Amino acid sequence: MQLLLQQVLAGLANGAIYALVALALVVIFLAIEHLNFAQGEMATLSTYVAWQLIAWGVSYWLTFLAVVVLSFIGSIFIERILFKPLHNASILANLVAFIALFSILNSGDGYLWDYTIKTFPTPFGHHPLFGSVLIDTHEAGMIGVTAVLLGLIYLFFRGTRLGLAMRAAAHNPESARLVGIRVGWMTALGWGLSGVIGAVAGMLIAPIVYLDPNMMFGVLIYGFAGAVLGGMSSPGGAVVGGFAVGIIESLTATFIPEVGRELKLTIALLVILAVLMVLPTGLFGRRVVSRV
Amino acid sequence: MMLEVRGLHAFYGASEALHGIDFTLDEGGITTLLGANGAGKTTTLRALCGMVRMRGEIRFDGKSIIGRATEEIVRLGIAHVPEGRGTFLRVTVEENLQLGAITRHGRAEIARDIDRIYGYFPRLRERRRQQAGTLSGGEQQMLAIGRALMLRPRLILLDEPSFGLAPLIIEEVFEILRRLNQETAVGMLIVEQNAALALDLAEHAYLLETGRIVLDGPAAEIAADEGVRRAYLGY
Repeated sequence: MQLLLQQVLAGLANGAIYALVALALVVIFLAIEHLNFAQGEMATLSTYVAWQLIAWGVSYWLTFLAVVVLSFIGSIFIERILFKPLHNASILANLVAFIALFSILNSGDGYLWDYTIKTFPTPFGHHPLFGSVLIDTHEAGMIGVTAVLLGLIYLFFRGTRLGLAMRAAAHNPESARLVGIRVGWMTALGWGLSGVIGAVAGMLIAPIVYLDPNMMFGVLIYGFAGAVLGGMSSPGGAVVGGFAVGIIESLTATFIPEVGRELKLTIALLVILAVLMVLPTGLFGRRVVSRV
Repeated sequence: MMLEVRGLHAFYGASEALHGIDFTLDEGGITTLLGANGAGKTTTLRALCGMVRMRGEIRFDGKSIIGRATEEIVRLGIAHVPEGRGTFLRVTVEENLQLGAITRHGRAEIARDIDRIYGYFPRLRERRRQQAGTLSGGEQQMLAIGRALMLRPRLILLDEPSFGLAPLIIEEVFEILRRLNQETAVGMLIVEQNAALALDLAEHAYLLETGRIVLDGPAAEIAADEGVRRAYLGY
């Protein structure tokens, strides 16, 4: 029983990261109907910048704040430079651009910071939380920071005019233009937001998986599995899906010995396949009706 | 003269849908654009909002607006109630109205305007917290007009406001359009298949046939001309 609870909590902690990555993917997907394959690499770059600032002696939380701001600006920059011109281009052209961005960022990280694995600090420490063996302080911190961030994002989308405008632009761009919404800038803002979400995910997961240029590769696949499970068109669904994938991963690795450490990633891919076959719109998604 | 169109050509892909049309709209007036299916009525409205490829001259308040992005044209005070009504289906009725005023500032004033729109359309007030996708066709048409008004526009472009509505609802909608024009002096350009209805509301009418304007004049005169009615309007 204790092992089960322990694994569920560990799953929730990892699931928090998958939920963030899934949400970042969905926010961009809703705006441009493409999957940002470079989402993980953008997050890795943000985490390297954080590592560098901390190495230069900047305090953790100041670094955190600075990286959030820089990721926001940087992601908007990427959208304006690379993806705005591709707005009306084919799916294939966009796909190539995402793969290009992926490799540029990945090898850029490796060039600047080399490929050796780096430790990344946590402000929460790695102690048993309240002396309990169930969850350690960093895992609790991951869940806590994620909860705060998700809460803020929810309030932004539900409670502000800018959030309403972004939702309108994503769901009905033509009508959005007809009420004067600058849809292109809403897309750019969506990128900025995704960049921030990804950066937080990267900084939270780095103390566990260690920092290297390929750090987010597996995480992105879990995040994608979460987004597909929840439904690519539903931000709330993506978050639920991300947590679910975290728990599934943790439980199967513990209780099905054949899965163990080696086949964990396979489980994520099986989730993607199973959902796509049985429930193509995910748990909370809507069918996307394409405009003719 | 609020809006002036000269030599407007519009294109869908390689095919030309408007072959150089001219017309003008007076400040605060109601003008209707009539014609059969495929004559280019909707295209004309879409051209005014920068939604199709085009060439020619469009001046709003003397300023050329051709080549500007749709959202920038809207911000000048031209609201467009599009074909199909353009409802934001997944947000509430009230959020739809909020979106209409998204370019404006001043919360209190926006709240007052929403209240004013509920005055014109009491049924929207009853359904203010409902998802807009659950509204009936008539209610969505009212919502679309309300959303356009939230911009505080100087000109509203209405694309087939009677489309798909029951006769009683059509009467109600057109009565409210008449009241709106009298009370707020907002100019209107109405595209309609239902010519009798539109001619009754409008002061001036243009007749469009396969991308060209073939006739224009005071709405009352056109409505009274039996030859024109038979030849072009089919009633």
